[in-house]
Amino acid sequence: MKAFAQLIKTIDSTNKTNKKVDALADYFSTAPNNDKVWTIAILSHRRPPRPVNTTLLREFASALADIPLWLFEESYHIVGDLAETIALVLPNVESSTDKSLSSFCEDLLALKAESEATKKAYLTEHWTQMDYYERFVFNKLITGGFRIGLSQKLMTRALAKATELDEDILAYKLMGNWNPAKITFQELILEENKADYLSKPYPFYLAYALEENISDLGNPADWSAEHKWDGIRSQVIIRDGELFVWSRGEELVTDKYPEFEEFVEHMPDGIVLDGEILAYPNNEIGSFKDLQTRIGRKNVSKKLLEKTPVILKVYDLLELKGEDIREKPLAWRRQELEKLYKKFQNKISVFHLSEEIKFNEWEELIAEREHAREIKSEGLMLKKKNAHYGVGRKKGDWWKWKSDPFSIDGVLTYAMRGHGRRSNLFTDYTFGLWDDEKKELVTFAKAYSGLTDKEFKELDAWIKKNTLDRFGPVRSVTPHHVFEVAFEGIAKSKRHKSGVATRFPRILRWRKDKKLEEANTLSDLKALIPK
Amino acid sequence: MNSILYILVLSMSTPLLIFNDKGIYCTAANVYIDAWKPVDNVIITHGHADHSRWGHQRYITHHHNIPIIKHRLGDIEVVGVDYGETFSVNNVKFSLHPAGHIIGSSQVRVEHKGEVWVFTGDYKLDDDGVAKPYESVSCHTFISECTFGLPAFNWRPQKEVFEEINQWWLSNQEEGRTSVLFGYSLGKAQRLLKHLNPDIGKIYTHGAIENMTDVCRQLVEFPATELITRDTTKKDLHGHMVLAPPSAHGSTWIRKMTPYVTGSASGWMTFRGARRRRAIDQGFVLSDHCDWNQLLEAVKNTGCEKVICTHGYTDIFAKYLRTLGYDARTEKTQYEEQED
Ligand SMILES: [Zn+2]
Repeated sequence: MKAFAQLIKTIDSTNKTNKKVDALADYFSTAPNNDKVWTIAILSHRRPPRPVNTTLLREFASALADIPLWLFEESYHIVGDLAETIALVLPNVESSTDKSLSSFCEDLLALKAESEATKKAYLTEHWTQMDYYERFVFNKLITGGFRIGLSQKLMTRALAKATELDEDILAYKLMGNWNPAKITFQELILEENKADYLSKPYPFYLAYALEENISDLGNPADWSAEHKWDGIRSQVIIRDGELFVWSRGEELVTDKYPEFEEFVEHMPDGIVLDGEILAYPNNEIGSFKDLQTRIGRKNVSKKLLEKTPVILKVYDLLELKGEDIREKPLAWRRQELEKLYKKFQNKISVFHLSEEIKFNEWEELIAEREHAREIKSEGLMLKKKNAHYGVGRKKGDWWKWKSDPFSIDGVLTYAMRGHGRRSNLFTDYTFGLWDDEKKELVTFAKAYSGLTDKEFKELDAWIKKNTLDRFGPVRSVTPHHVFEVAFEGIAKSKRHKSGVATRFPRILRWRKDKKLEEANTLSDLKALIPK
Repeated sequence: MNSILYILVLSMSTPLLIFNDKGIYCTAANVYIDAWKPVDNVIITHGHADHSRWGHQRYITHHHNIPIIKHRLGDIEVVGVDYGETFSVNNVKFSLHPAGHIIGSSQVRVEHKGEVWVFTGDYKLDDDGVAKPYESVSCHTFISECTFGLPAFNWRPQKEVFEEINQWWLSNQEEGRTSVLFGYSLGKAQRLLKHLNPDIGKIYTHGAIENMTDVCRQLVEFPATELITRDTTKKDLHGHMVLAPPSAHGSTWIRKMTPYVTGSASGWMTFRGARRRRAIDQGFVLSDHCDWNQLLEAVKNTGCEKVICTHGYTDIFAKYLRTLGYDARTEKTQYEEQED
């Protein structure tokens, strides 16, 4: 555990990616094999299931720190991270432990079934044997959500450095459904094992957001364009008469989409499709919100299947006749995909093709993007025709060109303290829109990013002087300031008082030029909901 | 009304120190402490900008703080006093006592008709080797800052922190990089300078720090520094230490240090997110304020019954003190947090 905590500390103390990768490669070269497997698992979000719920964790920690629970909660609210809060408030250590990372992970697997008293005794014993970083890492193993600024791709790079194996091959080995408690480093990384490959997806190739001018991409003839669908990025695999559905978080989700069985009923073995799972109620593309009713469910009821069926909008073909065709150019893969589509579109109702947009000039695409929303697309995708299918995110061959976000002018109504360094500033805001009589402001969105530090400071000072009421950490303020709030999506919602839910709201700008009465109304917002 | 009774009523109804729109005010003496709006008579606890503002008629402060505030505020009318020296205004007795925050920083003790109040200004209990160490002063009412009044803040001994800082400098040097360490130009910068190991390399400074350190050299001895000027080359700086104010982070000035590694020494570095959000490579937890346990210890040592919590996590700290049986409340001030 000491070595792993030291690794996280080293990674934490630099902002330079290369240094982080080097530190991890060093660790992979020296750590025991069991610890390596667990490290790979943790950094690819395969930690042990949570052995102790967070309510108990808070109770145990505040008892050991000898502070009342409310004081622990206040501290947590300001620190913003549970694992970090616990590590900070606990008293300093008297002893230490040489227990390895893998034996801690095994302990945590077994701890889940134990009694509350055993859990408390176990945590208390080990907390008092760890320094700050060990405690922090240990807590993160329990709570999950380990973010150290190293993607799975960079972890793979470090592993490649340490093992001298090819990075792409390693990425492939690390996908799929392996269990760190049952697999050895030898089996996971070093051995070649054909059977394991049956369910394995390919690493997803990801697009960068296009920030420059579209015409800077060069000759339009070199590019293929299609709409950008707002669903779940997925690979559908048909091998050996079996179906595997993988989502972008590299999770096996086959059971959640029983309608995809159609693929395996009709298609031959050795095919891997890359596309987007979309909700398809009433035989038309639904919203992401419709799809959300399917994401969380492992057992899908018949009723739900009827209400919110899904389709796969396919845009790429990665394997054909059992052969990895990712090295072939996109134009070739596209052609083969269209042949497949022609052959099966009438047999497989969930098989939809993401059509190529025909264009000669960039201007035509600009026009197409303007009405992307009308057909439930988020914008356009641009892919280079002669490019092979890459690994992870690589600049240059695939670009996403999203539609401009929605925006509306709302009034600041509530403010809450931020976290960490900003914990003394009010930086989390709630915005309201006028009802139709312009008498009352109705809350429609919360946002906490989009202002400069200077603006945050200015607004914070204003909030402190214009507080109407306090509710715990939240303050209501005099309605006065108008902000342009941008968001990526909008849908009707029964859970919100406004009757509308917005996706990814953020502050676009502080409209000091606008008076309170000039803010938008709820009807203005509802008019933005796609019909 | 009987005049004795009248005085009794008056003294019961008006506290010795009140918080009005200009600052902390002693009605009986017509004197302010650390006023944030211009007043006639003010006692200044220390030289940080939020405590020693411009525009008052007459300043009273510790001798050592005089060159510091004159450097910042220009030619002001100021009287210096020693720690423990009592001066009376309208029968109210005032004295200054070491606060351990930065050079020349004081707590203010106020006594009138047997009642004693102490205002801490900013303070810490640890001896930092630069400021005169904090001395506890008994009182009835204790007005305490609580910038870090949260159990998440626990400072490590400064010896350990400086070993870490010097080690960091050394390993940056081995990798051929210049170390850029950010700290507030009054207080933190001198504390860093005092404990950096000059055997490792040269210590360069940003102008704001060089000037302030020059002022402080009259009072305390520090290792030699070299001001970065237009003529300083990249090669000169290579592998050495640069002390800079936090505002220099992200400026064009800093490009001259390339290749460099950044560090920040502040109590806020306790939070993992603070370092990442500010895009600083290495955070060192080093503060000139009390941590949680120091605050509790300070309150206890004064033997006070009443505590007034000013700037920082006031609500939380006051609530906790009430659970310990203190009569604790909060007051608003206009002291902003420094980068401490
Ligand atoms: Zn200060």
